[in-house]
Amino acid sequence: MIMKLFEKLLAIDRRIIFILIFLSVAIPLLFVIGFKIEVTPEVENVYELVDSAPKGSHVLISFDYGPSTKPEIQPMAEALIRHCFRNDYKVICTALWPMGVQMCMEAIDEVSPDFPNKKYGIDFVNLGYKAGGLVTINLMGRDFCSAFPTDAANTPIDELQIMDGIKNFKRLKFIIGLSAGAPGLKEWVQVGHDAYGIPLAGGSTAVQVPSLSPYVNAQKQLTGLLGGLKGAAEYEVLINHPGSATKGMDAQSIAHLVIIIFIIIGNIGYFVSKKNEKKIS
Amino acid sequence: MKRNLPLLITFLVGTLIIFAEFIPHKPFGNLSGGLETWFMIISGFAILLGQLNLIKVNTIKISRKAPNWQYYIICIVSFAAMVIAGILWGTRDQTGILKNSQGVVSWLGLKPFDYFFKYFFENLSATMFSLLAFFVASASYRAFRARSLESTLLLIAAVIVMLGRTTIGSWLTGWVPESLTYLHIPQVAQFVIKYFQTTGQRAIMICAGLGIVGSSVRIILGIERSYLGGK
Repeated sequence: MIMKLFEKLLAIDRRIIFILIFLSVAIPLLFVIGFKIEVTPEVENVYELVDSAPKGSHVLISFDYGPSTKPEIQPMAEALIRHCFRNDYKVICTALWPMGVQMCMEAIDEVSPDFPNKKYGIDFVNLGYKAGGLVTINLMGRDFCSAFPTDAANTPIDELQIMDGIKNFKRLKFIIGLSAGAPGLKEWVQVGHDAYGIPLAGGSTAVQVPSLSPYVNAQKQLTGLLGGLKGAAEYEVLINHPGSATKGMDAQSIAHLVIIIFIIIGNIGYFVSKKNEKKIS
Repeated sequence: MKRNLPLLITFLVGTLIIFAEFIPHKPFGNLSGGLETWFMIISGFAILLGQLNLIKVNTIKISRKAPNWQYYIICIVSFAAMVIAGILWGTRDQTGILKNSQGVVSWLGLKPFDYFFKYFFENLSATMFSLLAFFVASASYRAFRARSLESTLLLIAAVIVMLGRTTIGSWLTGWVPESLTYLHIPQVAQFVIKYFQTTGQRAIMICAGLGIVGSSVRIILGIERSYLGGK
């Protein structure tokens, strides 16, 4: 009887798994459960780095991702920009990915209504995209104007008030890299931090965390790291502004739980069938 | 000549960059800066080359009626639509050939390029990435088995990290007293990531770094020539 049940479960149609995953994501999105979000030290470090700069500091946020990873990284961008605006920093945005330009503007559009006094060219700027990855960062480090002679709207950066006195990385308080692959956070570590010594933190997709975690070390190559939707949700908790990441965490948690239940059922079935095979032989 | 000239350029540029790294004085310091600017110009042209290649590859497949050739038409049409929208009306920050696009903007709410990007490209890209969740669930159900000691360890670590990266992990072990916080699933997951995973990752990164140095030396010395088209 049990054997038959497990045989049936092991041969389950993949479409049933798909439906269950769909429901486990959709239902918590519609009916928010509100699980408690625990803040990890990596995220707290990013918060402290951002929070520790004096008013009026120039900071750089690099948008190195596209729409495919938007659900994970965009909440980080919005939370970080919100935190920077709240602390009256001057935010310089760049992109090592072509689609990063739009991602930046969408994040600013989302946050701006809460900060109506923030003006483009004075409090924030979108320098746009430049091909070259590692070399672009190196050029920026030596001379912003060589890498970005104009901003995304073709205005010469010399004419932008926000860029007054900002010739290279020297006067930046910190850099935040939001990355979904290459070029991205690794390149920022190699050049931005290691070559120019600028404090650096970042955010990435959850699948990228294992490859970036070695940089969160004693040398603080990365001061901290926001990993996936959970990292974004933790940051939203820290800035006390729950957003789409906090909402999405319930869905992600339930979906993970469903996958784990599937794995457990699969393994029980595997052991039962193995035991049965032994009995027969 | 066709092969020797690129080899010579590669050798000279590669050697110069290495020298410039160790001798930051004239003329090496300036040279490396100049070469970086060249790199960015070439990167810009590479994007153009990529676009031309996209048109060429898809056109060939359509003309030869390759399997599913209809999809290649959709690809070219979508590409053309984005390019034309960008050229004619520009993007949000930039003006196009038809400078005054008030009529279109009032009709669509956005400039056509931004409209396509926001309502087509963004959603399609996010959908493609989201589909992974379904395949991961199905694959892990069928393939994630405790067949050996190694796979069992991997399975246990994966379950701990998966739970630790969600709010369920803290919910499940929330009752554990303060003095035993190291037994909280998120803490255990953090321990696995910080020590076991990071150690392995460092080894991979060091080996990959050595591999990059090795292949760079081979390219500079002209031993590795695959970048010349496999000849």
